[in-house]
Amino acid sequence: MPVDVDIAYVARLARLELSDDELETYRAQLGVILEHAARVQDLEGDPHVEATHTLGLENVFRDDVVTASLSRDEVLAAAPEARDGYFVAPPALET
Amino acid sequence: MTWEPVIGVEVHVELSTRSKMFCGCAVDFTSPPNTNVCPVCLGLPGALPVPNRRAIEHLMSIGLALGSEVSSRSVFHRKNYFYADLPKNYQISQYDVPVCRGGHLDITVDGETRRIGIERAHMEEDTGKSTHVGLGGRIHAASATLLDFNRSGVPLVEIVSRPDIHSASDARVFAQELRGLVLELGVSDARLEEGSLRFDANVSIRPAGSTGLGTKVEIKNMNSFRSLERAVDHEVSRQIGVAESGGELVQETRHWDEEAGVTHPMRTKEGSSDYRYFTEPDLVPMTFDDAWISSVAATLPELPAQRRSRYQEVGLDGRQAATLAESPPRIRQVFDEATGLGADPTAAFNWLSGEVVSHLRRAGLESEELHLGGAELFELVTIVEEGLVSATAAKEVLEGVLTGEGGPREVASSRDLIQVSDATRIGEVVDAVLTANPDAVAGYRDRGEEKVVGFLVGQVMRQTQGKADPRVVNELLREKLASQPGGTPATG
Ligand SMILES: [Zn+2]
Repeated sequence: MPVDVDIAYVARLARLELSDDELETYRAQLGVILEHAARVQDLEGDPHVEATHTLGLENVFRDDVVTASLSRDEVLAAAPEARDGYFVAPPALET
Repeated sequence: MTWEPVIGVEVHVELSTRSKMFCGCAVDFTSPPNTNVCPVCLGLPGALPVPNRRAIEHLMSIGLALGSEVSSRSVFHRKNYFYADLPKNYQISQYDVPVCRGGHLDITVDGETRRIGIERAHMEEDTGKSTHVGLGGRIHAASATLLDFNRSGVPLVEIVSRPDIHSASDARVFAQELRGLVLELGVSDARLEEGSLRFDANVSIRPAGSTGLGTKVEIKNMNSFRSLERAVDHEVSRQIGVAESGGELVQETRHWDEEAGVTHPMRTKEGSSDYRYFTEPDLVPMTFDDAWISSVAATLPELPAQRRSRYQEVGLDGRQAATLAESPPRIRQVFDEATGLGADPTAAFNWLSGEVVSHLRRAGLESEELHLGGAELFELVTIVEEGLVSATAAKEVLEGVLTGEGGPREVASSRDLIQVSDATRIGEVVDAVLTANPDAVAGYRDRGEEKVVGFLVGQVMRQTQGKADPRVVNELLREKLASQPGGTPATG
């Protein structure tokens, strides 16, 4: 059963700018992936079986201890723009 | 039509751990920008988060204090959205399996207690801090956003109430009560001015008396109790206005504009499905067994609500109990010790909330510097009850104790404040006063002048420099007046 995907909407959520051709290509590809996922979901079985974490580990924590941070110069050297110790991003006044 | 507001409050609490939620960077808001950052909290590719155990335990204590159930198993999710202060383009949060579920918080308003249900409390991480700046000083034409990631990854607990709140002021009281709780637990500095507590509210209205739920509007961006109350108040009025003018309310998220005192619809609101929550593959599940839960429960201090009811149980009224519950620890300790020794709770409270507090204020002292122990307060209350000192003289005794002159009995005697209640000694003075005031005596005896008694009591008190016990003086005077030659008892 084919899965219908609102590919333009998904692209917008992911902030992807896609051409009409690309939209069509990815719509088809994503449809196949979701179709497969739906088939897996339909499998009989215990719905509580661990499917999201497969390492078999649990409760991995760290103590509340401060460790060294990076040097700011090093950090900001990787930024496209920096000013007075801050990263500079385009204006964002979206509320 | 009368409308009933239906309000749920979401409170974000920044925890005061030493290090961040998923990395070892320091939690310190006094540091220069971008100095407490590392690959994890900057969201650099390949960096792996590891949760801070203490933060998780802080969340457990919040849940336990709220009577929540700590889940036996809990996982982290990614909440995906784009914003400049969110370097990974997702926030590590929790979705359908939070650490704490259910519970309640009681609020008391005008002596009436209301129980507000808690939906959940979960763990997440804070974002960086963005400052919008304009070039050339034009504030309104922001030209850039400056980003500081020192706050990125600071442990954040989100506590969500059930829609059990029905007024803007109750929403504020709920938030204040929650602040008191996290402060008492020692899990957060809860400094509003630094943004360690932030509030959102879900608001709807329904015709009074009905039980359905109206269209829900979420309002965001409240950073103080006052703005929470104002924002909810404003939103309730707005909704009533729309409903009464025949308009249709839409489910939306609105932004509170503190300066203008209004809410605006947010231009782009992503619904829950738009956040594309999925389990965080970099973090393994957490499990909570009874041993861990009870070891955290064992560290819980007495909470404000418990304290209030304990004070009411020992005999204070609701208002006194609330005042004392909010008093500094040292004051409460003195109260507990004094009443533990047997001091009358109301008397002990009155001393502490009255004379003691004003002494501290006058002397500019912190309550920790208070020079009064529980045993001394007990002694002070006792000597007043015994009639050893008068209520007025007791204030002087306290003054002496607070300035280090010694214990109450010691000060009463060294300052010569001990009240004379010995009937023989007072009797002698009474006799002398009666003899010296024959006119007054006659006025009482022959014309039943009641005011004469007051005058004569005053005379006796003057003769004894105010140290005679007024009760004894009164009694003796009436007795002796009645037995004056030719006298008829004017009153009983
Ligand atoms: Zn870090």
